[in-house]
Amino acid sequence: MSDLNKNYYEKITFRDALRLAIHDSMQEDEKIIVMGEDVAAYGGAYGATKDLLKLFGPKRIIDTPISEAAIVGASMGAALTGLRPIAELMYVDFFGMSMDQIANQLAKVRYMFGGQINAPMILRAQGGTGRSAGAQHSQSLETWIMHTPGLYLSIPYTPNDAYHLLRAALKINNPTIFIEHKLLYNTSGVLDKNNPDQIFGKAKIRKKGKDLSIISYSRMVNFAEKAAEELAKQKIDVEVVDLRTLNPLDRETIIESVNKTKRALVLSESCYTAGVPSEITSIIFEHCYTNLLKPVIRYTAEDTPAPVAPNLEENYIPTIEKIVEYSKKLCK
Amino acid sequence: MTQSNTLLPNLYTTMKRIRTFEERVGELFIKGETAGTMLHLSIGEELGPTCLGAAMQKQDTFTTHHRGHGIFIARGGDPKKMMAEIAGKKDGYCKGKGGSMHIADMKLGHLGANAIVGGGIPTVVGAGLSSKYLEEDKVSVAFFGDGAMQQGILYESMNMASLWKLPVVFCCINNQYGMGTKIDNAAGLKDFSKRAASFGLNTLHIDDLDIENAYVKSKEIIDKARKFEPGFIEVECYRFFGHARMDKSPYRSEEEEIKMRKSDPISYASNQMLKNKIMNEDEIKKINEKISIEMDEAMDFAINSPLNNQKEIFTDVYDESEPLPISVEERINKILS
Repeated sequence: MSDLNKNYYEKITFRDALRLAIHDSMQEDEKIIVMGEDVAAYGGAYGATKDLLKLFGPKRIIDTPISEAAIVGASMGAALTGLRPIAELMYVDFFGMSMDQIANQLAKVRYMFGGQINAPMILRAQGGTGRSAGAQHSQSLETWIMHTPGLYLSIPYTPNDAYHLLRAALKINNPTIFIEHKLLYNTSGVLDKNNPDQIFGKAKIRKKGKDLSIISYSRMVNFAEKAAEELAKQKIDVEVVDLRTLNPLDRETIIESVNKTKRALVLSESCYTAGVPSEITSIIFEHCYTNLLKPVIRYTAEDTPAPVAPNLEENYIPTIEKIVEYSKKLCK
Repeated sequence: MTQSNTLLPNLYTTMKRIRTFEERVGELFIKGETAGTMLHLSIGEELGPTCLGAAMQKQDTFTTHHRGHGIFIARGGDPKKMMAEIAGKKDGYCKGKGGSMHIADMKLGHLGANAIVGGGIPTVVGAGLSSKYLEEDKVSVAFFGDGAMQQGILYESMNMASLWKLPVVFCCINNQYGMGTKIDNAAGLKDFSKRAASFGLNTLHIDDLDIENAYVKSKEIIDKARKFEPGFIEVECYRFFGHARMDKSPYRSEEEEIKMRKSDPISYASNQMLKNKIMNEDEIKKINEKISIEMDEAMDFAINSPLNNQKEIFTDVYDESEPLPISVEERINKILS
């Protein structure tokens, strides 16, 4: 990231797009601080805050003790009293340590206090499988957050979305949970600072199609795109919907897409039972019922903890081969 | 009256206002006018909130636990709006949406009462961070009970306050019981100041009824916190009545209650005023009557305050610039249409 001030990047990593979003926002707004474990001297466990300490100093880029509950709680306290913190938890799994502060405090302060105050902050965390990180460092816990009113939830797939969704979340007065898939940090793509590509809360059709809607978010959009390429060779025209934010959830785009294609596969790395895909499936059933030609398929991770063994982990989550297989069966 | 002669009457008045307010909350409950039974009265515990409330400055902020009415009154809370909140009415501090355990007022620096034991403690760490960052000269005080002394979040928070030298004070109102469990059955080390001191905090242990002295000592701790030396204060007291309105205290004896209720900070302060001829009985009676009228009015205000419009279910979840959550009715009607 040699040149911070360009408006257009032909090729930038997801990691650097996030870093740039934090950087640009901090330059504009002195009230923004970053706090979390190893965010300063280390540059963030996955590099999203690298060099920010040099640029903004220890007053604004704050290393914290390993105290996840207090990181969230103190960030909220700072947000209630004039700052706009970006808190980082190294792994989304650590929500387990801080869920009281996330769900009982942060999500509810505005409501409980009758709208007197906002807690404008972002809580970033890394989610998902793919590094044999084990059952306590590989979860997809977006369902926990989506089931908690009061929290906005961003879960981007592309560098452009990572940049613009983070920037947008820092301008909204709600607390936003920002979940980044661990295998996306090194992926790269275009970043156009002048093109936010629709507003916060809008899904993005990654590929238009007429035979089947694959509805997904985060890294699984990549699987959907690859499966769609394969299916195109077999004359099946898939529409790929990237939800981008789960709250707000762009129900209209989901419904519109499925009413057009009449078939749907909901793809996610969360567990099968009572997860985000269950909710999306319900919406499709409620609103596309008379148009559906086949039952909606939820293709997700298994209802088990994540295994470490790479050959198990790989098949614990959806595979491109099976997306293709299920899609073909749906379109028969 | 001289300066020193106004301190005790002022502290007495606050304590008496807290007690009378809580008594009226009890009456409001008996009248069936409160929202629910989650009412945790602080009768007997008035000393700590009163002396710390007086020792804090106007700009300071605080959070409280679920038994926090007294602290809010000591920090200038309006009994009318508090009572209306407890009644779940529109004129309450939080439009009746928070109730007794979630009362808050940003204008008075009340960053919120909390129904999770220890839940509001890290908030003051963040408030201290803001105060230091924005150079606002605000001390932030977390009030909590002895129950929270056994919660991990307190120790994460004390460590951060110490590490970052924040203008923060942790205040434990130790009423001897975590709901029905006596402190002896909950705390491995009952000398809480030792725990706080091990984090590098300035500590103070108040265990008698001399509120003037408690005020002076508390002020020292708060003043040091203002200079970025965080502190910890434990105030020992006794919860005169049950945990909440439905609690008949089967876990402790009547003898204990009768004995402990003799350690009443309000009677003690009143006797001190008489003994030192700061006030006579008539003057004290006048104060009491005035408070009684004030709290009666608060109760009437709550009873007569209007109910909320049903749309308030959906407001305040998100910032007002954001769309309201879609109601279940609207969702279902859309499906059925």
